[in-house]
Amino acid sequence: MAMADATEQVGSETDSRGRLVTSDGTPLRRALERANRRRKFTAFLLVAPLLAFIVIFFAFPIAQMMWRSVDNPQIVNALPRTLDALQDWDGRTLPDESVYAALHADMVEDQERARRDQLIGPLGIRLNYELSAARSAISRTARSVSDFEAPYKDAFMDAHRLWGQLELWRVIQREGRPLTLSYYVAALDREYNEDGQIVRRDENRQIYVSLFIRTLVLSLAITGMTFLLGFPIAYFLSTLPMRYANLLMIAVLLPFWTSLLVRTSAWIVLLQQQGVINELLVNIGLISDGNRLNLMYNQTGTIIAMTHILLPFMVLPLYSVMKTIPPSYMRAAKSLGATPSTAFRRVYFPQTLPGIGAGGVLVFIISIGYYITPALVGGQSGRMISNEIARHIQQSLNWGLAAALGSLLLVGVLALYWLYNRLVGTDSLKFG
Amino acid sequence: MVAGQASDGFVVFDGVQKSYDGETLVVKDLNLSVAKGEFLTMLGPSGSGKTTCLMMLAGFETATSGEILLDGKPINSVPPHKRGIGMVFQNYALFPHMTVGENLGFPLEVRGLGKSEREKKIMRALDMVQMGAFVNRRPAQLSGGQQQRIALARALVFEPELVLMDEPLGALDKQLREHMQFEITRLAHDLGITTVYVTHDQTEALTMSDNVAVFEDGRIQQLDPPDVLYEEPKNSFVAQFIGENNTLDGVVKEIKGEHCVVELDGGELIDAKPVNVTKVGERTRVSIRPERVEANKDRLDSEAHLIKAQVLEFIYMGDVFRTRLKVAGNENFVMKTRNAPDQVRHKPGDMIEIGWLPKDCRALDCPA
Repeated sequence: MAMADATEQVGSETDSRGRLVTSDGTPLRRALERANRRRKFTAFLLVAPLLAFIVIFFAFPIAQMMWRSVDNPQIVNALPRTLDALQDWDGRTLPDESVYAALHADMVEDQERARRDQLIGPLGIRLNYELSAARSAISRTARSVSDFEAPYKDAFMDAHRLWGQLELWRVIQREGRPLTLSYYVAALDREYNEDGQIVRRDENRQIYVSLFIRTLVLSLAITGMTFLLGFPIAYFLSTLPMRYANLLMIAVLLPFWTSLLVRTSAWIVLLQQQGVINELLVNIGLISDGNRLNLMYNQTGTIIAMTHILLPFMVLPLYSVMKTIPPSYMRAAKSLGATPSTAFRRVYFPQTLPGIGAGGVLVFIISIGYYITPALVGGQSGRMISNEIARHIQQSLNWGLAAALGSLLLVGVLALYWLYNRLVGTDSLKFG
Repeated sequence: MVAGQASDGFVVFDGVQKSYDGETLVVKDLNLSVAKGEFLTMLGPSGSGKTTCLMMLAGFETATSGEILLDGKPINSVPPHKRGIGMVFQNYALFPHMTVGENLGFPLEVRGLGKSEREKKIMRALDMVQMGAFVNRRPAQLSGGQQQRIALARALVFEPELVLMDEPLGALDKQLREHMQFEITRLAHDLGITTVYVTHDQTEALTMSDNVAVFEDGRIQQLDPPDVLYEEPKNSFVAQFIGENNTLDGVVKEIKGEHCVVELDGGELIDAKPVNVTKVGERTRVSIRPERVEANKDRLDSEAHLIKAQVLEFIYMGDVFRTRLKVAGNENFVMKTRNAPDQVRHKPGDMIEIGWLPKDCRALDCPA
């Protein structure tokens, strides 16, 4: 009894402020913190390499991209005096002589810079995004600008007709700010009208919105296809003994292990107009020689090929969820009087929802940004938004527009993810 | 089992055999009859075929040959959902995506009952297991014992006449298990339902059942009420499987009606009751329950054979003393005595003489 009393007293020792302390007198809270610090530090060390990698190669580039979609330094840097002089311009008549003089001063100053540092080239490219022919106006003027004499207004208008048009000056005034929305305006198939309001573009110049919609529709179709094909096979796999399940799983995973180029050539062999499938259908008389199916270089090609590639991303989460559903649930449902189909619908299927959600989100998000397959087998109608982004980065070199399109895609995916989270809840996702 | 008796039962297995691979029989010629309102337990070690029998009755396995009858009608070709048999599963199999109420409503819903009638029945079933307050909880929010009650309520809510239970208490701790044993028997008797209960726990079988069928090797070894099963095992397997048991091997020396004398392998003579032996000279294994071993000569017949025993260990267990003896070369011979004021507490090394009433020592078959 005496022993028990003693230990109880030591266990409940407190300091002057009534806080619990350990037997050597340190406050219990601090002692615990100290004991945990080492563990926390080790945990951080384990995470640190990946964290650094993600920050440098993922978070930073994305931030960089989003910055590029609004960054607009070209006009501000090249034409500081002109912008100054344009401040009070009303935009209804051509600017007066003082503005042209300022423009002359800006351009002459630029000519005096080393060739590498000249700002006139980027300026021409930037203005050309807003107004075609602006680039040639700038470069032609730059060649002779050092010989201009007052009055500069006439000299500029002689050098290129664009200097006598309100449109160019409006663009310079509107875009003469360090940040711009114009890339987003263009990415959403809009443009500025004469009053500076954002309006829809001509019907025949609208590309991106319909491309976004097509990307969404194709991604949904691909997600739906992988679900329709993946659910039965995942169910079958989950009912098999481990030995056979693993063997079949290899077959399911085969797309992962085959080079994309090999697969693409295989699809071309299979799907083209003179390909295996068409030949077969013609030979057995299902279609006539003149009505061969277009299975490639269109949306059908994109859907077939991407469904094939992304199928494992649907099957794996489904399989891992289905494996954890014990057969006794179905038995219980049947013993309670449910027909096999009711038992499946009411008891089995709802329990696979976390897998369907995870698989669906994976396939949808991957396919919405997929680039290479649509580029190879998609043709014109099977192109997706990522192909357009790639074109702007590699060919038209309009990185601002590419960044705006990419940012819109990113925001769109995040919005859909948020919506999914609201409707279903991400805590119910099971990726494997 | 007599054919006439079999056809009277509510549940009848008539010559049922089951094989999974076409080479070995898991269930060998099973004949069993369960009366209406009876609580029958299928008891046996794992792999003895008891669960297979239950699954055949529920309809999840088909009998390879033979007939299963429910209320006089053959059900071999009736699918499980049309049999109307309530079932409690080993891990409860409560649907995790439904609340308790929805779980109980499920069998009523698939039977097309209206909402108000459903709710009435759900509440009645929940009150039956004292879980009325949990109707809106999910199974994951319940303890094991609570889930067990819900599973029971779900199996009973659609008022089946037959309920099957597949080791339903296996996952509970000892105290809860004992409590649930009592509740299940009470419910089964109050509602008058026929129950077929599968377990490998003999205490459960003895305390709950009207009749116990002991399974081994795909056959029923003995089918009797618990007291008969315990006190009059018909063969060595049952004697060994049910309760604690001392065995001694020997040869039958003489048989006189209900009494025989067995000469043990060491030459000692003991009294026994012939059960599985018929003639002198037959090898036998006798079986005596530890609590029927007697060291006090005053309680034995004067002409009873006594046998020498050496005390190896004395364990004080509170209500009883457990004395381990060396008898005729068997060092695991146990004597259980009640902790009475006049009871002798033996010390290791003591040499004593023990005996028993001839009817308590059963001369059974001698397994090879």
